[in-house]
Amino acid sequence: MSNGNGSVRIGFYVCHCGTNIAGVVDVKALAEWAATVPSVVVSRDYKYMCSDPGQELIQQDIRDHHLNRIVVASCSPHLHERTFQTATAKGGLSPYYFQMVNIREHDSWVHKDKKAATEKAKDLVRAALRRVVFHEPLEKKQVPVRSDVLVVGGGIAGIHAALTLANAGKHVYLVEREATIGGHMAKFDKTFPTLDCAACILTPKMTAVRSHPNITMWTLSEVAEVGGYVGNYHVKVRRKPRYVLEDACIGCLECIEACVYKQAKVSDEFNLGLGKRKPIYIPFPQAVPQVVLIDPETCIEFKSGKCKKTCVEICADRNAIDFKQQEEIKEIEVGTIIMSTGFQTVDAARIPYYGYGAYPNVYTSLEVERLINASGPTGGEVILRDGKKPKAVGIVHCVGSRDENTNRWCSRVCCMYSLKLAHLIKEHTDAEVFNFYIDIRTPGKGFEEFYCKLLSEGVHFIRGRVAEVTDWALDPSEEGKLVIRVEDTLIGRVRRIPVDMVVLSVGLEPHADADEVRRQFNITCSTEGWFLERHPKLAPVNTFTDGIFLAGCCQGPKDIPDTVAQAGAAAAEALVLIDAGHVELEPNTAYVLEDECSGCKSCLSLCPYTAIAYHEEKKKAEINEVLCKGCGVCVAACPSGSIQQHMFQDEQIFAEIEGVLAHA
Amino acid sequence: MANSTSGQEKKSYLYFPGCTMQATGIAYGESVRTLFRLLGLQVEELEDWNCCGATSYMSIDERAAFVLSARNLSLARQAGPRDLVVPCTACFLMLRKTQEYVRQYPSIRQEVEGALKQAGIPPMGPVRVRHPLDVLYSDVGVEQIRAKATRRWHGGRLACYYGCQALRPYAEADQAYNPMRMDELLQAVGVTTVDFPLKTKCCGGSLTGTIHPVGVRLNYIILKEVARRGAQAVATMCSLCQFNLDAYQSEMREEAHEVFDVPILYFTQILGWALGGDFRSLGLHRGIAGRNLIGQWFTTPKEVEAYV
Repeated sequence: MSNGNGSVRIGFYVCHCGTNIAGVVDVKALAEWAATVPSVVVSRDYKYMCSDPGQELIQQDIRDHHLNRIVVASCSPHLHERTFQTATAKGGLSPYYFQMVNIREHDSWVHKDKKAATEKAKDLVRAALRRVVFHEPLEKKQVPVRSDVLVVGGGIAGIHAALTLANAGKHVYLVEREATIGGHMAKFDKTFPTLDCAACILTPKMTAVRSHPNITMWTLSEVAEVGGYVGNYHVKVRRKPRYVLEDACIGCLECIEACVYKQAKVSDEFNLGLGKRKPIYIPFPQAVPQVVLIDPETCIEFKSGKCKKTCVEICADRNAIDFKQQEEIKEIEVGTIIMSTGFQTVDAARIPYYGYGAYPNVYTSLEVERLINASGPTGGEVILRDGKKPKAVGIVHCVGSRDENTNRWCSRVCCMYSLKLAHLIKEHTDAEVFNFYIDIRTPGKGFEEFYCKLLSEGVHFIRGRVAEVTDWALDPSEEGKLVIRVEDTLIGRVRRIPVDMVVLSVGLEPHADADEVRRQFNITCSTEGWFLERHPKLAPVNTFTDGIFLAGCCQGPKDIPDTVAQAGAAAAEALVLIDAGHVELEPNTAYVLEDECSGCKSCLSLCPYTAIAYHEEKKKAEINEVLCKGCGVCVAACPSGSIQQHMFQDEQIFAEIEGVLAHA
Repeated sequence: MANSTSGQEKKSYLYFPGCTMQATGIAYGESVRTLFRLLGLQVEELEDWNCCGATSYMSIDERAAFVLSARNLSLARQAGPRDLVVPCTACFLMLRKTQEYVRQYPSIRQEVEGALKQAGIPPMGPVRVRHPLDVLYSDVGVEQIRAKATRRWHGGRLACYYGCQALRPYAEADQAYNPMRMDELLQAVGVTTVDFPLKTKCCGGSLTGTIHPVGVRLNYIILKEVARRGAQAVATMCSLCQFNLDAYQSEMREEAHEVFDVPILYFTQILGWALGGDFRSLGLHRGIAGRNLIGQWFTTPKEVEAYV
């Protein structure tokens, strides 16, 4: 490639972008004006510079006119910088002899006055024309990508991503906060719209994770620290004590039976407090790993140290119980990371007029999943807290969704799971079931058909946002009942529906600590708190941080089919990086002018990437080009001005500033 | 009240009576003033106050209503850095709404400021508009009320009825949906309050005047539940709620085939009585329904007086 020596010969191109730019900026005048600028050899306007003929134009001109600098005034560099750099390189120049000017987002899209917009375009172009003179040919640096992958969160998203990668021969670290993998899906009874048993389709995948030679699964663990960059992340994982040795426990569960607590007395988290467990327990029968754990908050040995330790006795030679187990920090090196941290359901008590917490027979949908589930606290019987079977059940849709007071978004899954629960409750109890909905949203495959099936099953549908769930009675039929007050918008009347049980279809929202987590991984969140994808359509599993991908509900509410599809896509994106073997990094790194460095070390502590070392013999700072991310902190901080940065040289920046200001 | 202010800093408030405290809600105004006096709180009526702008103004010309409220807020600001106590919930809401709308909407701010300027009135400033429920709960406190009570409640169980205007949309006097402060204050003087899910439901508002049967029906729903919950009377904090529930009980006999004779009290009357207030100075002679019970409960035998 040409090194650009000799006199500077600039080719300038202004793009019409259809009417996007040409509708506001006088592109002809701009090209004519640019032609008069010294060093500009060719100046053209063209309808679509990003098109093949547009790119061809650049390449042809480089050859015909011996151009050695290219400036294109068009859209955002985010969109087409790479396109034009490639065209420049194809023409035989270093791609770094190219400079882009954004006269669309920064000019034509935000201004109406054509004359002023054209003048502004000239200023922006002048800046680029002056800057490009000082450009240098640079080489992209390549860094290797480690093939190990970290998957954060062991719900169905994390499980599927981990298995996909492991099956492709990559080593996966799957980190899960809870004592078992499985996430929310493990709590469900059936899945919509096919009504296949959630456990039947999930547990084989869970055990596959456990037994896969390529997967290291860490439960009761959280990511403590993330460092490094794409291809080379250093991660510290905090493994909380389980007080049971995972390798020694065989999951016989005899210790639970033997526990000095004869009755299970502790509120059972997995069953959302509807059931009881002992201090030594397993979250649910098919938990993975099939290893018990001890809750130090309620275990007598932890409280008094004077327990008979019947659990240890029965475990005998296995010696799996270890009251002295400590927290452990594991350090791993991975090339890519998949975030699959999931969601939390809205706390129904935030909506006081629905009576959750005030009336015992108001349940959340997740609680009802556990009631229906055969391995749940009632063995699959839908019964109220007093043991009675409900004769009438009201399901309130959109609780904590589509609501200015809680969350504005549609949680996407509630309509379908409400329909599913309506079907299952009817099947289990033969109760009258009422659905209270704003709109029924069933856009998935087989979803609308499922809705039609429910209609024919005799489930009642009342269109209206429920005003309140209360126990004030107007007539004897309401005595002792929960009354759902709602405006039935199809008949235009306020109705009062007395029921025995109310199910609140709670929406999905980001985890309470989602913001902390995203800071830790240096990824971005939407205003709602969901992890943000790089592009909503074209890069839905990428983040703005290279090498970190999204799967499942941490990116936004979605059902199981979409979650699994996204998890597969995230795994594929990770594989792209791994199999390429290396990533190219922009050569925008900082470097030390050795002669001028006084060795004051002030840059060392400032570097967020620990890319600067101090050379003891030379007594100079040294920058590791591979570690440098080009943030520019050291460049600004260096007291002697002896640190420079490629692509942001002083002379380039000053030329640019002068170019903008030369207008006046 | 011998020990009303001993050892306590005297707090001073501005008082905005509005039209109601001189008309249908006169007992409310009387009891608020008496109670505040018994608590040793200074209350000075806002001088030269005018209509708050609620009722017909608000529904016909919102801007005019804002300007009327703004003049009151300007007067309050000039009268010194004191909180403006507003018992009438319609006035309370109107004044708060004016503050919020002027803050949020530049066009309303311009219009209001322009009108004040034209009339030569200084601009409205940051005035804290407060409902007596909030003042009694937050500034005085349940413990003070308990300590200062000289009479123990010997009447029936009460349903606390908060209404809507003091709680929504500005939930400053108490929580918007499950308020408890009136319950707590009354419990402090020995009242048993019932769990009352209708405590913030509509009393009928001005519907009793416009679409009368609908208004009376809404009254009926509340009174029926009061009885169902085993309460013998209602404690209110809004003059419109009090009036609606009090005035139409005889009509329900025909509409609902039920006879109600339920005292509809202001919570300030009960607290004032507990603190030693006098029957007439608390406006207890003004109620319509449940006169017998009011007579029994509030004309105290001497042995009850002795309670400290």
